[in-house]
Amino acid sequence: MHTLIDYEILRLIWWLFLGVLLIGFAVMDGFDLGVAALLPFVARTDVERRVAINSIGPVWEGNQVWLILGAGAIFAAWPAIYAAAFSGFYIALFLVLATLILRPVGFEFRNKLANPRWRAFWDWALFASGLVPSLVFGVAFGNLLQGVPFRIDGALRVAYEGGGLFELLNPFGLLAGLVSLVMLTTHGALYLALKTEGRVRDRARAYVRVGAPVMVALFALAGLWVAFGIPGYALTKAAVMDGPSNPLFKEAARQPGAWLANYTAYPWMVAAPAVGLLAPLAAWRLSARDRPGTAFIASGLGIAGVIGTAGVSMFPFLMPSNLDPSASLTVWDASSSQNTLFVMLVATLIFLPIVLAYTGFVFRTLRGTISPADVERQTNSLY
Amino acid sequence: MLDFDPVSLSRLQFGMTALYHFLFVPLTLGLSFLLAIMESVYVMTGRPIWRDMTKFWGKLFGINFAMGVATGITMEFQFGTNWAYYSHYVGDIFGAPLAIEGLMAFFLESSFVGLFFFGWNRLSKTGHLAVTWLVAIGSNLSALWILIANGWMQNPVGAVFNPDTMRMELTSFWELMFNPVAQAKFVHTVSAGYVTGSVFMLSVSAYYLLKGRHLAFAKRSMIVASAFGLASALSVVVLGDESGYSVSEHQKMKLAAIEAMWETEEAPAGFTLFAIPDVQNRTNHEEVKVPWALGLIATRSTDTVLPGIDDLVVKAEERIRDGLIAYDALERLRANRADAEARATLAAHADNLGHALLLKRYLADPRKADDATIAKAARDTVPGVGPLFWSFRVMVALGFFFIGLFAVAFWRSCRRNFDHPLFLKICLWSMPLPWLAAELGWFVAEYGRQPWSIDGVLPTFLGVSSVSSGQVLFTLTGFVLFYSSLAVVDVVLMRKYVRMGPSEALRPGHGAVSPTPAE
Repeated sequence: MHTLIDYEILRLIWWLFLGVLLIGFAVMDGFDLGVAALLPFVARTDVERRVAINSIGPVWEGNQVWLILGAGAIFAAWPAIYAAAFSGFYIALFLVLATLILRPVGFEFRNKLANPRWRAFWDWALFASGLVPSLVFGVAFGNLLQGVPFRIDGALRVAYEGGGLFELLNPFGLLAGLVSLVMLTTHGALYLALKTEGRVRDRARAYVRVGAPVMVALFALAGLWVAFGIPGYALTKAAVMDGPSNPLFKEAARQPGAWLANYTAYPWMVAAPAVGLLAPLAAWRLSARDRPGTAFIASGLGIAGVIGTAGVSMFPFLMPSNLDPSASLTVWDASSSQNTLFVMLVATLIFLPIVLAYTGFVFRTLRGTISPADVERQTNSLY
Repeated sequence: MLDFDPVSLSRLQFGMTALYHFLFVPLTLGLSFLLAIMESVYVMTGRPIWRDMTKFWGKLFGINFAMGVATGITMEFQFGTNWAYYSHYVGDIFGAPLAIEGLMAFFLESSFVGLFFFGWNRLSKTGHLAVTWLVAIGSNLSALWILIANGWMQNPVGAVFNPDTMRMELTSFWELMFNPVAQAKFVHTVSAGYVTGSVFMLSVSAYYLLKGRHLAFAKRSMIVASAFGLASALSVVVLGDESGYSVSEHQKMKLAAIEAMWETEEAPAGFTLFAIPDVQNRTNHEEVKVPWALGLIATRSTDTVLPGIDDLVVKAEERIRDGLIAYDALERLRANRADAEARATLAAHADNLGHALLLKRYLADPRKADDATIAKAARDTVPGVGPLFWSFRVMVALGFFFIGLFAVAFWRSCRRNFDHPLFLKICLWSMPLPWLAAELGWFVAEYGRQPWSIDGVLPTFLGVSSVSSGQVLFTLTGFVLFYSSLAVVDVVLMRKYVRMGPSEALRPGHGAVSPTPAE
């Protein structure tokens, strides 16, 4: 059955799905992360904080599954990436994990006691649970673009030389982290503008006025840095696109300007950075004109543009090695077997539409805004 | 015994975080169905007390669910962070059920759990009931796919080694999904979850009855818990997962270790009720045996022979020697990918390649192993007999205790008479027991799998990431501190809400604070 679709086509599909899942996570759970990171700034009193928290309270749990599914799909479709990335970013991922663990318990525990110090503690926990993952995921992308210090031995075991947490926090890594943080907080602020009433909404809109243009500026700066300051990677021998997934069977090298090569070869790919630059500006304008719904959609498009830019710039590379470029992991040699990719494709085509359908149903059921009066009236059935 | 190397530390971290995660999972599995049952009664009878029961038990469910979700992410991430070579080596097979779990089950459970809590006023009665059922079904489907993944670690079917990619690859998704070990595990594990939910409900209700509070609420909860609990307790024991222990060599080894059965017995083997296993001399002291019982339980027949540990070690040694042929062929193939003879030899002996890898614990190149090292590696295939023997016996004893407890509770439910202080006290103090049984069950299954992470395919020590001891020690310490604090908070909140009781916890206006600045 697995010969129904060619191996290289399956690999391309799964490269696209990888993008879809990352964008799905950033768009859907991104606004939850953004709201949490903005919590101390857009909401000052307990009632205001509960307005912000309850705007995402019923949906964040489902949204978080985009992360779980993203990791699971990388494990299933790109096991080499899963192995190399998760072990390489060891301490950084522990920080993400620790703060992500604070999130469910923060939401659930905060309202269980009325003590203001108890609530203030969980407010800080929720703040950290939004800030740290938003930042670290960006830092990870920044480091992928620069290449990561690993080698692969004959048994295909990945070993790192350096690459600890502080090395990840290099200038470009930090810039990418900031792009991610400002992008997700702006997205979260637009969600608050759409779903809340009162002062939380006002402050959220004020944040968008600054956040959206800053994000565009940072993204443009990162783009210029990649174009002129960061050498990319290129295959030095044509890849066997339907060959076995063994990274050691190819040759690659580090080359200045290589991350721009795809835009010359396939000019339509410029659409990704263009959307990444223009959509947030559209969101900014729409928000100023008090059209939060379309602004939120524009912001989601912007996120897709930014993540898409990283993807097409690096293609076919997924995780370059700066110690041994030929050991880099690419679309053509880091995937699962043809059989597994096919089975996973069938599973995705069956279940993803169902997921999207009931996610739509959940959001429709919960439509409308949440006001300070709502949270004061329903102290018991809300967070 | 414990060394501060990345393998030991990573094993400790994985074991601890898994045991911790598994404190919350069984209660989620059990309570979600109990909530769905109670709400069904509400929708059918229209009596508000059943809605309040659903809401109150739902509050306790919510606290527990949050902890389950939070600690579950750790489990998924750890395969990549700490077991990177494992992830590379078997991700092609093992990753698929994990991804499908997210796609098919966890999305369902998590998307609707928000509506369960927040949707009471936004959905019709039947609409909300449907949501509750979807949460229960989602959490149970979640268990199914996780246990398909785990079942494959115990009995790796439908996969083959590919020398070009240096890893195992999927040959049959069908075999992976319908792995008999996974199916047995699924039924056993979810039933254990239902028992946990039922004992929890029985115990909390007994507390109210002893205190003379919330009587109508507590009695109804008791009836639901005892009926659901009795069916589940019978299911756990009758559909225990020993039936999976006869399908592969190592599962047989695990069974022999659990039974401290050193020598092969004539069929049907006896069940050792009590013994003091003596690992040194490979024998037992003070043995008390029930004739025939083990053979019947494990093989469902009177004539299938169950091999003892000593015979299985001999078999393991044969497999190591055969695996060395595969290993040698693989090395030749890696030197020259065009070597057709090496490729054919490897394919013929690939089933035992994993056994040759056991030698890597002692030598970088297994082909240089002498007879003594091979014998040592063969003995490594025996998991720790003492801990397995006793864990299993305590778990089984608890299983029978639950049947008794629920039988009495059910009989009292039928007579609508719970006024028996001793019975209520036993119910109350039984609260921790299902957790003890569940954790022991996990321990027997996973510790009994050692020295393999994938039975016969990949030894545990080879699966580890190239991380330093310092890094793992840092995260291990972090998890211990962090998880301990969370456990304290969780127990405090649970106690507080249980003591508060349904009337207080569901009162509108509860939990309000005056709108003062939060700082």
